[in-house]
Amino acid sequence: MKKNLTAEQSGNGKVAFWRDPDKRALFFQFMALLIVGGVSYYLFANTQANLARQSIATGFGFLQKEASFEIAESIIPYSAADTYARALLVGALNTIKVAFVGIILTTILGTIIGIARLSTNWLISELAAGFIEVMQNIPVLLQLFFWYALFYEAFPSPRQALHPFAGIFICNRGLIFAIPQAHAAYPAMGIALLAVVIGGWFLNKWSHKRLDLTGKMFPAFRVTLAAAILLPLLVWLAFGAPTAMNMPQLRGFNFSGGLTVSPEFTALLMGLVLYTSAFVAEIVRAGIQSIGRGQIEAAMAIGLRPGRVLQLVVLPQALRVIVPPLTSQMLNLTKNSTLAVAIGYADFVAVTNTTINQTGQAIEGVALIMVVYLFFSLSTSLFMNWYNKRTALVER
Amino acid sequence: MTTQAPSKRAYLKPPVTEVGVLGWLRSNLFNTWYNSLLTIFVIALLAWLLPPLIRWGFIDSLWNSSAEACRETDGACWSVIPNNIRFIIFGFFPSGQEWRPTLAMVLLIGMVIYSRDRSRWKRSLLVLWAINLVVMGVLMHGGIFGMPSVDTAQWSGLPLTLMLSFFGMVAAYPFGVLLALGRRSDLPAIKTLCVIYIEMIRGVPLISLLFMSSVMFPLFLPEGVTIDKVLRAQIAIILFTAAYIAEVVRGGLQAIPKGQYEAADSLGLNYRQSMRLIILPQALKIVIPPTVGILLSAFKDTSLVVIIALYDVLKTTKVALSNPLWTGYSTEAYIFLALLYFVFCYAMSSYSRKLEKELHTEH
Repeated sequence: MKKNLTAEQSGNGKVAFWRDPDKRALFFQFMALLIVGGVSYYLFANTQANLARQSIATGFGFLQKEASFEIAESIIPYSAADTYARALLVGALNTIKVAFVGIILTTILGTIIGIARLSTNWLISELAAGFIEVMQNIPVLLQLFFWYALFYEAFPSPRQALHPFAGIFICNRGLIFAIPQAHAAYPAMGIALLAVVIGGWFLNKWSHKRLDLTGKMFPAFRVTLAAAILLPLLVWLAFGAPTAMNMPQLRGFNFSGGLTVSPEFTALLMGLVLYTSAFVAEIVRAGIQSIGRGQIEAAMAIGLRPGRVLQLVVLPQALRVIVPPLTSQMLNLTKNSTLAVAIGYADFVAVTNTTINQTGQAIEGVALIMVVYLFFSLSTSLFMNWYNKRTALVER
Repeated sequence: MTTQAPSKRAYLKPPVTEVGVLGWLRSNLFNTWYNSLLTIFVIALLAWLLPPLIRWGFIDSLWNSSAEACRETDGACWSVIPNNIRFIIFGFFPSGQEWRPTLAMVLLIGMVIYSRDRSRWKRSLLVLWAINLVVMGVLMHGGIFGMPSVDTAQWSGLPLTLMLSFFGMVAAYPFGVLLALGRRSDLPAIKTLCVIYIEMIRGVPLISLLFMSSVMFPLFLPEGVTIDKVLRAQIAIILFTAAYIAEVVRGGLQAIPKGQYEAADSLGLNYRQSMRLIILPQALKIVIPPTVGILLSAFKDTSLVVIIALYDVLKTTKVALSNPLWTGYSTEAYIFLALLYFVFCYAMSSYSRKLEKELHTEH
């Protein structure tokens, strides 16, 4: 707090109380709290009166009631006879599904385009620049509508489905892939892969320790990569190399079998990934450009190979610049996935919206949406703070 | 120095592969073996993709025909736009009165273009803006000078989009600056309130605020009092954008060295003077690029009002497309809208680059 010496203070040591900075600060804060509290109380009282007058139920009791609406796609079993709570869980899982796949694809595509923007190849660089400019300047909702309309208007019905490769069909009911027939080998391969990843983590720690102690290098990453390919392959062979595929079959007006990805999910994913990857590309480009040329030259001068320059000098510094804005883009993607409600993908907001329309409990519904997304955001910012602390530049 | 005729050697031209078109090709497209491969691959890809697209968009396309003629062609049916342009742009605005929103939009865009020049940023400009805003309001709302009154529920199409985004940006900016100052304040109560507000708003999607404005807000008001639906959405957009502006401005405030604050104090400036004269001019200047990013997304995000059934330009397009005559031509209509948004966004971002260059006073 500033302790300004006013004329009175230097004169007789007594200050009129409205000139005293401390008292003024207290007064202003008290007034601010009073106004906020007063407005909140006024709104709360109005709401209470309105709810009583319109006899709208309050509280979360509705969660246990039967939802009685169908949801088109769901990861867990769900029927209209289930409760609202389960319907909301289905919605939340759908949100997580699209956000998870979207984040992975966005990171890959955004990195590729960001690097392409820096390419010395004029054509590649200009194409990347064009992509970034176009995608950033068109609202994501318009992009969603565009892809969704494309599905319904440009793609044929299942009977005339496009068939670019064996095992893939494209029609207005979605993308249909052939998937391997369920077999005990596949879960075992998954476990093998998991074991390799965990083993690789320990191997990496050990190789670092050995490097510090003895100065000898051990190619931990390459060994892990080789094991990650070989071990699941061996497991697959050990189970008798199953190759049976679950092929999609045209039955009546639709396909059965295989894996169907709905048009809603595809349109949402395409819109989100293309829009967000333009922003990610700019972040990646800025991060790489933030590394001074001298850093790379210095690293080469001490005799590091190009791969090691990237691994030891460029990436650790670039990531410090890239990761914070990157996470905020990922959060944006998750928040933008709420636009699913506009094209009929059953994400959390869409299910909550249906719930609000059926029960009339708007306050609880909107509160649920806010709590769920606040949880995503706050946990991300906690992670970010942890990451920033870990990687922050330590200065003298 | 002796003037000696230059030897023939000095006039030797550089090899033909290093200059001109060939040199450019060599250094920009074929400088390494993998770049050469990449170039050839991309050219092949473009040669495969572009001709059918050009054929669809320009050669086989119809630009101003009836819907029946469109059923016959394989190309794009751009006719969907001229045939529905009145509804896409003006929506439900009473027919015969289209000149009013047109004039209002021309005034708004004209004023924005007029204000681009920094030498015009004076008090008189503010007065001009105030007069123009009143004129625009009168034009849109009517009710006097023999213009029939138009309810805000009928404000739709492009005027609504421009209005929501313009007032969203203009009102959110000062509010965001105040929030940022509040967050940096020494007063704990005010700081806490600002932090809670900013983090809450930034943590939730815009849709939830729009839902709140459309389904929850009526419950907040005493019986008999209603607030217009457009105004509620406008408030939601302002509240949302302000929180993002606040975070950007906070970054600018933090980047100002401590010495500047101390120098302002030692000159005997009070809080308001030191902020207005010393800190904010510098802080706001360095955050121009991210601020424009936020304002651009505010502009794009006004399209979300579709979800609470306000008829902005995206919604009027969808309604026009739901006419059975014109269903099936969404691609064409959406490309037209995308172009419209692109022009506005591109103009804004290129202006911000110009402003940034003008305000750049350091070496």
